[in-house]
Amino acid sequence: MASLSRPITVTASPSALGELRSNVARRRRWDVVFAAVGVIATSVGVITLLALFIDLLLDGYHRLTLDFFLSYPSRRPEQAGILSAWVGTCLVMSVTAVVGVPLAVAAGVYLEEYAPRNWVTTLIEINVSNLAAVPSIVYGLLALGLFVYALNFGQSILSAGLTLALMIMPIIVVATREAVRAVPHAIREAAYAVGATRWQVTRDHVLPYSIPGIATGVIIGLARAIGETAPLITIGALTFIAYLPDPPITTTPPFINFNWLWSGFTVLPIQMFNWVSRPGTAFHANAAAAGIVIVALTLVMNAFAIWLRYRLRKRITW
Amino acid sequence: MKPSIALASATESRVQPMADPKVKSRIRNLNFYYGQMQALKNINMDIFEHAVTALIGPSGCGKSTLLRCFNRMHDLTPHTRYEGEIRLYPDDVNIVGPDIDPIEVRMRISMVFQKPNPFPKSIYENVAYGLRVRGIKSRSELDGRVEAALRGAALWDEVKDRLDEPGTALSGGQQQRLCIARALATDPEIILFDEPTSALDPIATASIEDLIISMAGNVTVIIVTHNMQQAARVSNYTAFMYLGELIEFGATNELFTRPRHQRTSDYLTGRFG
Repeated sequence: MASLSRPITVTASPSALGELRSNVARRRRWDVVFAAVGVIATSVGVITLLALFIDLLLDGYHRLTLDFFLSYPSRRPEQAGILSAWVGTCLVMSVTAVVGVPLAVAAGVYLEEYAPRNWVTTLIEINVSNLAAVPSIVYGLLALGLFVYALNFGQSILSAGLTLALMIMPIIVVATREAVRAVPHAIREAAYAVGATRWQVTRDHVLPYSIPGIATGVIIGLARAIGETAPLITIGALTFIAYLPDPPITTTPPFINFNWLWSGFTVLPIQMFNWVSRPGTAFHANAAAAGIVIVALTLVMNAFAIWLRYRLRKRITW
Repeated sequence: MKPSIALASATESRVQPMADPKVKSRIRNLNFYYGQMQALKNINMDIFEHAVTALIGPSGCGKSTLLRCFNRMHDLTPHTRYEGEIRLYPDDVNIVGPDIDPIEVRMRISMVFQKPNPFPKSIYENVAYGLRVRGIKSRSELDGRVEAALRGAALWDEVKDRLDEPGTALSGGQQQRLCIARALATDPEIILFDEPTSALDPIATASIEDLIISMAGNVTVIIVTHNMQQAARVSNYTAFMYLGELIEFGATNELFTRPRHQRTSDYLTGRFG
């Protein structure tokens, strides 16, 4: 056609193009501003953690010897160690995990999968969310009244483990519910449609597919419990312990022994607290070394949570 | 060859009404409510044994709601209510009756959904699941029935060497045939299809349609489709629904060529819907 040989008419004049570009530039500015704010905000978090950890390392790294892990606390700072503290932490955490995790996962699954939608359920849901925000020392007071005195468990590993289990249950319940809710409804329908019962749907589908989310919640909860001090001081953890509880496994039948549950105990953060409150820089080095161990434990647990979630999620696609 | 999508050729149904049909299920005065909202209004209709019955109608007409009454899927949603009867023969039980356990109904009537929904498990476990929930543990029985179901769903040759691979790794059309195999594995009396090809491409759609046609004769099929040509191609009987009511029900070639109601013919000719 003849019209094609003519030059194409440009509709935008140079001045219109200039206006367009300044408009884009004006709006782009906010991209830069927000990116800058974001970098600063992120740095505050990362740099603070790094500074704290480096400070701890500088103060305490020279105490991190095998002896430090294998010695009881002592009046002489250079001979003191964290043997009773880390053993106590391990035993308390195993009680917490064995009691808290099944209860919390069952509660979360029940609320999401079984409970009828009515005002009672709503009330329970609101309460569980609020419990996650209750200060830990309040749990300590509750546990002092309930476990130590009313149930007469005493100032024992059992009381401590139960206290921390109560404390982390809301965290795990909330994580479980979110993970369960993320399982597509179509999957449940598919299972119901071939004649599965509610329990079969829960056991064969809902639980296995929500394990990555649940496991993450469990580890985050346990990582929080490992660093707790206040509720354990409230129920009467000892700050100076130069013995170990009876070992859970024995060489004579029946090979299992539960005396350790009733034993007095200390845990890593309390040991650290004890050393911090003493005069003299030598004990402060011990406190820093114990701090390194706690932070390292928490970081390792969180890293494991991330790795586990990544590994398990890879196998599940909808 | 895929039939042309023009209505004229599409009405040349590939399946014929049956000579002497036996009633498999009879819907009597069925009403269904979501809370206060009545979604089905006094439905009366017969489902013939070993035939394909299509439910068609515009969006929101209640065709999926009616289908989901047959396996009590609505029981999973709170505040739903059935009134009336769906009688299932030969034993003449009312499957929407309050005294009938929905699990029992779903063991007899299975379902294939709109979007393929395989479990994130192996191909084998997907098909075997309906058998496992019944408590069948014998490996040889499971093997045999899984193979039979996969053959029935025309999927065996494609997957027989990789039964351990995840079902979710298959293509969309294969996933839907896997879901059909899962529904077939338990030897259901009726299979429900809820718009089974709406998420699939034309080639996968054609293979699912072939499958549905080949299944009739062994099993009773009820299919919901928003695609009139599909209803014409695969079904022996068609029900046209509108606003929760059954407007017209009859042999597919009759209903498509000589609709008795104005609304049916308006819908079939594309004047609304």
